[in-house]
Amino acid sequence: MPASAASRLVRRHPLAAASAAFLVLLALAAVLAPWVAPYDPMDNDYAAMFAPPGSRHWLGTDSYGRDILSRLIFGARTALLVGFSASVVGATAGALVGVASAYFGGVVDLVVQRVADILVSFPLIVLAMAMVAVLGSGTANLVAAIALSFTPRAQLVVRSSALQVRHMVYVEAARALGAGHWRIILRHMLPNVLAPYLVMLTAFLGQAILLEASLSFLGLGVAEPTPAWGLMLSGAAVEFVQRAPWMAISPGLAITLTALAFNVLGDALRDALDPKLRV
Amino acid sequence: MLRYLATRLLLVVPTLWAVATLVFVLVRVIPGDIVELRLVSGGTYVTREVIEQERARLGLNKPLWEQYVDWVGGLARLDLGTSMWTGAPVVREIAIRLELSLQLAVMATVVAVSLAIPLGVWAAVRRGTWVDHAVQVFSVAGLATPSFWLGILLLLFLLWTFRWLPPMLFTPLWVDPVANLSQLVWPALAVGYRYSAVATRMTRSAMLEVLREDYIRTAWSKGLAERPVVVRHALRNALLPVVTVIGLEFAFLIGGLVVTEQVFNLNGVGKLFVDAISRRDYTLIQGLMLLVASVYVFVNVGLDVAYALLDPRIRYR
Repeated sequence: MPASAASRLVRRHPLAAASAAFLVLLALAAVLAPWVAPYDPMDNDYAAMFAPPGSRHWLGTDSYGRDILSRLIFGARTALLVGFSASVVGATAGALVGVASAYFGGVVDLVVQRVADILVSFPLIVLAMAMVAVLGSGTANLVAAIALSFTPRAQLVVRSSALQVRHMVYVEAARALGAGHWRIILRHMLPNVLAPYLVMLTAFLGQAILLEASLSFLGLGVAEPTPAWGLMLSGAAVEFVQRAPWMAISPGLAITLTALAFNVLGDALRDALDPKLRV
Repeated sequence: MLRYLATRLLLVVPTLWAVATLVFVLVRVIPGDIVELRLVSGGTYVTREVIEQERARLGLNKPLWEQYVDWVGGLARLDLGTSMWTGAPVVREIAIRLELSLQLAVMATVVAVSLAIPLGVWAAVRRGTWVDHAVQVFSVAGLATPSFWLGILLLLFLLWTFRWLPPMLFTPLWVDPVANLSQLVWPALAVGYRYSAVATRMTRSAMLEVLREDYIRTAWSKGLAERPVVVRHALRNALLPVVTVIGLEFAFLIGGLVVTEQVFNLNGVGKLFVDAISRRDYTLIQGLMLLVASVYVFVNVGLDVAYALLDPRIRYR
């Protein structure tokens, strides 16, 4: 981005610019975690359990004497990895189903839509929890569970845009030229529902961060000793909240700021791409 | 109106049947074997026979269609089956916890409404000023703050300022209102804040739309004071979308309860759901999913009735 465009962004959308800067820093910290983190996140130091924030441990240590800052930095890896993959998979699967459903129409469309209507009547976390029960625990299943709970929402939004695209001249032309169903869906319709797709995708990012944190907090997501923000808030953080409040404060702040940054960016993108679209 | 309501309520039956079918498919058909998943995750070695016995006990050795008929047939008699973990009827497991969660949900709604409507109206009336910006930041932050973390912060705040923690045991409201409220106010605040965020945004945008209308200009120009213009003329007409959001978010409250009840150690429906998931208690999961969906369906019927009450132009036949 040229410098003038960057400065215009900062002046017009200071909050969006700050969010973008925060997320870039977070992503850098996550990628460079082994070099940036002051300690090994799994390293127990029983001599320094519950150490308060200070010069040795900037954010203190937890009940196992593990450095909280290092766990936060490595936890960013988990959060961003799960958040991005779940959002991309969920939005893409939803877009594919939504476009296909709009293209084929008829009974297929009717059945697929009714199923989605029922699924969106559950809160995201309830759907994700049910999926965890079905799929089992583990990080890959966690991604799948969150993605699957996003799919019906993405599908409904994308389908309504795809319905307009279906009767466009270029789709008719492709059909007249003898293109197959999937060629029309993938090459001609999908690229034209990119705007709602991107808006959904960015709206999912913040929610995925919160979902991963909530599920890990409940013991249904990422498992110990993998560093994850939600996990850092469960168990000892609540139990010893009086003795070691720093255990509970910084991970929550990390979750909130990250979700906030994604939401602010998502809103800005929505306003830029399609002011009418509500997610 | 009554006839319309009767039709709507009759239509609830096929809707819930469809939901029950989907929940069954989701929970029963996708996994390979529930019993193996449950027993093997225990970590001990289990023989084939034990697995077969357990399957027979839970009725899982029957063909799927028979299990489905059992499940839907039970529903017709309001029987959700027995919990695979405790062996108690699912209806009972839910019923003993419903009071706490329902009270918490109502309290959270009160918190949300009493935050959202004044803040949303205030922000819309003072559009573009620092008030508006502050309210918007407050509501955007509400959407990003996990309610379980807010709960932990509330506990911390109580410890620091009053050296006091809310009671751990649940006392029904009619037994001891003070003990009851001093326990449930905090989780209600934690859940209610997030709940209010969506409603605040909706109130603000609905008010902004209405404040542009001609009749508002008329009200101003005939010399009415700010209060009647804003409250009687604008807010009443902006209420429909706000009520919708409040209703739909109420149906989604269980999502906030699952994490918040955990923090405050409340034995409610949310905690039951978490336990059901971690124990892979499939009948209980099915029952709870159906409960969540029923709340959503009935809230929607309730909303349609509320529209007719709020807006005399809306008539159903």
